[in-house]
Formats: sequence, structure tokens, C-alpha cells
Amino acid sequence: MSLLDTYREVTPKGTIDFLRCLAEKVRGRKILHVNSTRVGGGVAEILRSLVPLLQDIGLEARWEVITGTEDYFTVTKSFHNALQGQEQDLSSALLQTYVEVNQKNARNLSLDGDYVIIHDPQPAALILHKPGGGKWIWRCHIDISHPQRKVWNFLRQYVVQYDGAIFSLPRFAQRLPIPQFLIFPSIDPLSDKNRELSTQEQEQILDRLNIPRDKPILLQVSRFDRFKDPLGVIQAYRLVKKHHDARLILAGGGATDDPEGERVLTEVRQAAQNDPDILVLLLPPDANLEINALQRAATIVLQKSLREGFGLTVAEAMWKGKPVIGGFAGGITVQLVYGVTGFTVNSPEGAAFRIHHLLENPEVMAKMGEDAREYVRQNFLITRHLGDYLALMHYWMN
Amino acid sequence: MAKKVAAHPFFFTGCWELRQMLGRSARDERQLLDAIEEIPLDSIYYHTHSFFLRHKYIAGPYPNDFATWAAIQVRDRVLGEKLGVLDPYEFIDLESLRAAIVTIIEEHLSRLQIIPRVIYEEPFHFMQSRIIAVPTGLESRTLTEFREILASADTSVIYYHTFEAILRLGLRNGDFAIWIEEQLDLPELADKIANLDPYMISLDSIRHRIIRLCDEFLEREAWK
Repeated sequence: MSLLDTYREVTPKGTIDFLRCLAEKVRGRKILHVNSTRVGGGVAEILRSLVPLLQDIGLEARWEVITGTEDYFTVTKSFHNALQGQEQDLSSALLQTYVEVNQKNARNLSLDGDYVIIHDPQPAALILHKPGGGKWIWRCHIDISHPQRKVWNFLRQYVVQYDGAIFSLPRFAQRLPIPQFLIFPSIDPLSDKNRELSTQEQEQILDRLNIPRDKPILLQVSRFDRFKDPLGVIQAYRLVKKHHDARLILAGGGATDDPEGERVLTEVRQAAQNDPDILVLLLPPDANLEINALQRAATIVLQKSLREGFGLTVAEAMWKGKPVIGGFAGGITVQLVYGVTGFTVNSPEGAAFRIHHLLENPEVMAKMGEDAREYVRQNFLITRHLGDYLALMHYWMN
Repeated sequence: MAKKVAAHPFFFTGCWELRQMLGRSARDERQLLDAIEEIPLDSIYYHTHSFFLRHKYIAGPYPNDFATWAAIQVRDRVLGEKLGVLDPYEFIDLESLRAAIVTIIEEHLSRLQIIPRVIYEEPFHFMQSRIIAVPTGLESRTLTEFREILASADTSVIYYHTFEAILRLGLRNGDFAIWIEEQLDLPELADKIANLDPYMISLDSIRHRIIRLCDEFLEREAWK
């Protein structure tokens, strides 16, 4: 059985055969993805699934990763923050480092391809070394709608040289003189984070994490970051607790290199310390099976972000048939069809009201979970992502 | 009759929509109106017709993006409802549909003192469709084959032969009904399929209803 065929059982009827038809015209074409890391982060997670699928469907697909000095990654981290609106001081010397590292990578990497997809700002300057032929597309995964102007103007000079750009949401984009496409990110339903777990496997993982299963579980999986509003989640839980004996689990990654994250974690622990029903779990970056088991054990999943990228944890939970209550931010609004696949809320009180409403109405919760899973099946699986890339190739062939 | 073999088979074609951003947005209903007057027809198509391709499983709260935005994001349910009853397939072309949308918004705004706008919610982002038609290689010559293929085909096949066909052929009946009438000589069944209102249901529901109609017909024929 081919790799693509293993997705047949989880994708909508007819999808796999249709993807093969879509691929027919572009069979044998070379597609190259370039990003800045092979492990960690959403982009690497998607490419790890997407590139083998592109190969399986008949393309010559490759994935290259740029390398750089510590200075380079300092500058690209600042880029990342500045493009998302934070004030950053970037000296001319640091900008020069960015250009030089891209130049060095261009010498070391094979950038040949009919379609070359450059992910995010880190390798964007590779366009200066485009070998000729082929379509180059800049794939931006972050929200650059309100950037620090100086940094955006610097980056923009490279971006406008591409044949096109892809954004995850229309509101994340900038005005550009090149065609801009909308492609939602996706989850891999067969990865460790999302695959089906046997009852035994799930129980073992939950036992290992010391998760009692005697009460309804409210779960938020996210970094300990103010924008994810963990304190707002605790506030909502406390309002709900007056009516329902539930347990709250806040599970997220460590914050060792992020002083602000450490402060938030301390505040969360302080807010939770007198309540044995609030569990704060620090998970390592590769805790995919643990996240999977927690999401499956949850009664309701929360993603009460105040600011968000696309927020794929929402799709992950929806895929497990869970009703999700999310903040009105970023990509959460396109994943949660209000009242159908979940609820978006604008305050802890709003979150509390919806949790209370769902816990009182298990039949609503069940239907919402079912619709949520179907909505993800249609819109946010890696197979849809594969189709979007194939369609993009058709666009340029025509 | 149901065993009749068509002289010309039905070729099933699916499609994929590539979504292109126009880089234009509206924060209030006046800006929405101004933009609707100027955007390319492919954008009118995206926000009205291909809306159904993006809602394969769950029909949205209102059947086009303009109505949904007015009702949900601006919280102007009156305009949402007025735009929501527009049936895109009653218009001979996209230009006429654009004119009707403009008239509705203009009339609505003429009765208001303050232009409704988004406060906390999302501006309207204008997009346009790039529909890529792809032959599936599947073909049917009998009603039984037609039913079997339809049951397992990608939902975009339903979209292409109903919604897209209406625009492409300019015929309201869609490809399925036309083939069933012309090639299988089953006008009654064709008529029932042509009378399904795709505008109010999801693509999956259209599929189920067509299959049910075929099954009912095949069952009746089996008893004869």
C-alpha cells in the first residue's frame, strides 16, 4: 500500500483518487521546500508529513534546511518578533549577517526546482541566488499585518522578487505586487499527535502523567505565554466550578529560554496552588503522544488565546471529536464555526458561560464534536494541503 | 428503462479551488459596497458561487460570504438576511449578480444614519477563485453505474456538475439532470434532480439526495 493510500480511511470519500488525478499533470516535476529547521515548530511538523506525500504522488520533492551562525539566528529571531509588531533594534551589521548567511547557504544548497517554496523570513534572501527557471514562492507562516516598518521594508525587497506568496490567513498578509494565495496549514491525522490511540495506550499515558479521570476534564494545551491567556482560563474554570465539579489541565512546553514565559508560568502556578483540581503540566517539545492522550481524555478543549497564529491545536482537538472553546483570535476563527464546530469567546466570562452550557448539554457537546471532526476532515488535513500545492503548480502551468 | 445504456457516457470531472487574495478589505458596509463595485468578477464568484465548494459538509449560516460577514462580523442581521436570500443562480451572469448585491446594500445604507462597521470582529477580505477542473477518468453508461460512481466520488464532482455547470452551460438543470434526460431518457428522474435546491444544502446532502432519487427509481423499476 502506498503512503497516500494509508490516508484513505481518514479522508473524505474520493479524496485520494482525486488527488492522484490532480497530480497527473504535474507528475515528475521537481518541488523544493526550504526552511530553517528540521525539528521543532509547526513548519517542520508539516513538511515532515507533506514532503513524503509529494514524493509518493509522483513529484521529485526535496526538503532543504538552511544553516547559520548564532548571530544569524539572533537576527532572524528579532526579524520574527519585529514582523509580528514588536519593537526590535536591528543594526546594519546584523542585517548584513542575514544577507551573508543566505548567500553562503545558496552556495551550499542545491536550489534547483520547478517550484521552490521558501518558508518564512529566515531563508527569504535566497531569492537573490535563484538559479533561473522555476517558480519561486515565499510561504509566510506568521502574521505580518502590523510589522515594524524598518524590518518589513528590508525583507520586502526580497519578497517582491518572488513569483508569488502564500499566507495562512488573509489578515496576516501585506500589500504586495505579486500574486498572493491563501493556504491554511494542516494536521497529519496519522502522526503520533493525532492518530487513534487504543484505550490501553491512552490509559498508560494518562497514568504516567498522573491524570485522574474521575471528573470532566477541561484542557488547554499551549505555551505559557500571556497571549494564550492561561490566567483567563483559570478564571473561567473558577466560574464554572460553582456549577460543575470539573478538573482543569493546563499543559504546555517549557519556558527555559523565555523569561516572560517563566514569569507567566510562576503566575499560573500561584493562581492554581490552592486548588488540587488544577493541574499544570510541563511537557517536553516531543510530547506528541501525551498531547494526543490528553486531548482524547478531555471533555472540552480550550484555546482561549488573545493573539494567535493559526492555532492548529484547535484542529487537533476537533479531530478528536472534542468541542472547542477558543478566543476570537488568528486562525481560531476559521476553525470554529460559531455554535456548530465550537464557540469563539472574547472574555473569561464568555468562556465560562460556554463551558457551563456544554457541560449541561452533553448531547450538544456530542453533536458539536462530531461536526468538528468532519469539519477538520474536509478542511484541515494534510491531504488538503497536498491538494493546494498541486493546484498551485497547475496555476503556473496554465 | 433503467437498464438503458447511454450512447454517450457521463464523464465525471472534479475541481480544486485555489484561493487568491486581492489584498483589499472592508471594515464597514460602505467600504464593502465600494469594493464590490470594483473587484473582478472572479471575486464575486468566490464569495457567492464557490462558497458552496468550501462548505462541503456544513452549510454556512448564510449562503454567501457577504451575507455571513454582515450578519456575523458586523452584527447587522438585516443586511445579512437581505443578502442571504439572494440566489446566485437566478442571475444570467456574474455582472447581473454584482448589480443585485450593490442594489441591496445601497438601499439598506440609504435607510441608515450610521454606517455599520466591525468593531471587535474581522474585516471582509476580498478573494478570488482559481478553479482547476480535473477529469477523474470515471465514466458511467447506466443509471446503476452513475449512482455507484457518484456515491464514492470526491465532493468536488458534485460541485462541478451542479454549481459550476450552471455557470458554464448557462442551464439551470446542471450536468447530471441533462445527461439522465438526454442519454438515459428518464425525464421524470432528471426533473427531480434538476429541482433539488443546491443553494440551501451542503454538497454531501446533494449527493445523498441524488443517490436516494436514483435508488427509489431503480427500486420501482425492479418491481416492474
